[in-house]
Amino acid sequence: MNTDQKTSGGFSGLVSRLSRQTPRSDDHHGRVVVEPRTVPAVSADTTYASKTLARFLDLLFARPAAEVVDLGPVIGSNITFLGERVGCKIHVEDLYADIDRHVQHNKLDQLPEFIGGRFSVPASSIDAVLGWDIFDHLAPMAATALASVLMRMLRPGGVFLAFFGARASDDPRYTKYFIQDETHLRFRFYPSACTRRWVLQNRDINIMFAGLEICETVLLKSGVREILFRKRILS
Amino acid sequence: MHEEMASIGKSIVINGELSGSEDLTIEGRVDGKIELRDHVLTVGTNGRIKAQVSAKAIVVLGQVTGNLNATEKVDIKDSGSVEGDIVAPRVAIADGSHFKGSIDMQKKEQPEKGVGTFTKPDSKTPKPEPAPVNGEFVRV
Repeated sequence: MNTDQKTSGGFSGLVSRLSRQTPRSDDHHGRVVVEPRTVPAVSADTTYASKTLARFLDLLFARPAAEVVDLGPVIGSNITFLGERVGCKIHVEDLYADIDRHVQHNKLDQLPEFIGGRFSVPASSIDAVLGWDIFDHLAPMAATALASVLMRMLRPGGVFLAFFGARASDDPRYTKYFIQDETHLRFRFYPSACTRRWVLQNRDINIMFAGLEICETVLLKSGVREILFRKRILS
Repeated sequence: MHEEMASIGKSIVINGELSGSEDLTIEGRVDGKIELRDHVLTVGTNGRIKAQVSAKAIVVLGQVTGNLNATEKVDIKDSGSVEGDIVAPRVAIADGSHFKGSIDMQKKEQPEKGVGTFTKPDSKTPKPEPAPVNGEFVRV
C-alpha cells in the first residue's frame, strides 16, 4: 500500500481517485501488473487558446519586477517571454524531475516531506506561480504539502495558475507547456518515470486551496480545468 | 590572420580566481571565481565549473554550478547544465539542457534622456531653441 495513501488522514477521504479502466493482469505472485501502454513517448505539439493564461499575464503585467516560480521543466522560450516581454525574475523549480527521481529511487513516500523543504524562497515573496498540471502527478499527501508551500510563498494578491485533469490514468508521460503568446499555449508530451495521474474534484481543490480565491476557471473540451487562483489581500 | 583563442584543456584543474581580458574556453575543471569582464566565456562539453562567473557573454555546453552574471547574454546549449542564479539581459536555454535556479533579465535603468547623455541630433528635425541658461544642463 502506498504510504502516502496510508497516512493521508482526513484528506484521503476528500480526494476522488477515478481509476481508469485499463487492462491489468496478475503476475502469478499476487501482484497486479499494469499492461504496457502503446502511446508515443513524445508527441507532436498542439496549440490552443488559454483564457486563464491571458488573465494570468494581465495580473502579472500589473506587478512591476514580479517574481515568478515555474514548477515545470525549463523552457527557453518561456524564459524569454517572461523575462524579456513581461520583465519578471523567474525561479525554475522543476518538480516533475523531483517526482521522477523519487519514483526511480522508490522513495515516493518521502515526497511530501521533500516538498515541504524543497523551496528556498521566503514566505510572501512570490508574485506568481506557474503550476501547470503538477497536481495530476501528485498523490494526496504530496499535493497537500505542495498546496500549503505555494500558499505560503505567494504574496497577497499573487496568482497561481494550474491545470487539473479529468481522468486518472497510467499514462507514463508529462506535458511541457510552451507560452506561444499572451493568449496561446502549446504543449508536447515527454517521457516520465511517473506512471499515475490523479484526479482532484472541484470540492477537493477548493478545500486544498482554501487560502486562495479563484479568479477564473475554464473547462476545456478535453475535460481539463484551467484554474487561476489569487491570494487574498488582507485588509 | 586567425587569432588563437585561450583555452583550458580537459586535464587542467584550477582552484582559485581566474580573470582575463580575452575570450576563454574551459574544457577542464575550475573551482572558485571567474571574471572576464568584456569577453566571452565558453564552458566546453567537458568543462566542469564550480564558480561565480562574470563575463560579457557566457556559453555553456558543459556543467556549471554557481551564479552566472553576464552583461550581454547567457546561452545554455542542449548539452549544458547550470545550477545557480543567472543575471543577464538576454538568456537562451536550449531544449534538453538542465537548469535549476533563478533568472533575472531585468534591464538596468536607462539614464534619463537629456541628463548627462548625448543623443545625435536628427538633421531632419528642427533644432530646439537653446535654453536660456549659460553652461548648465536643463531638465526639460
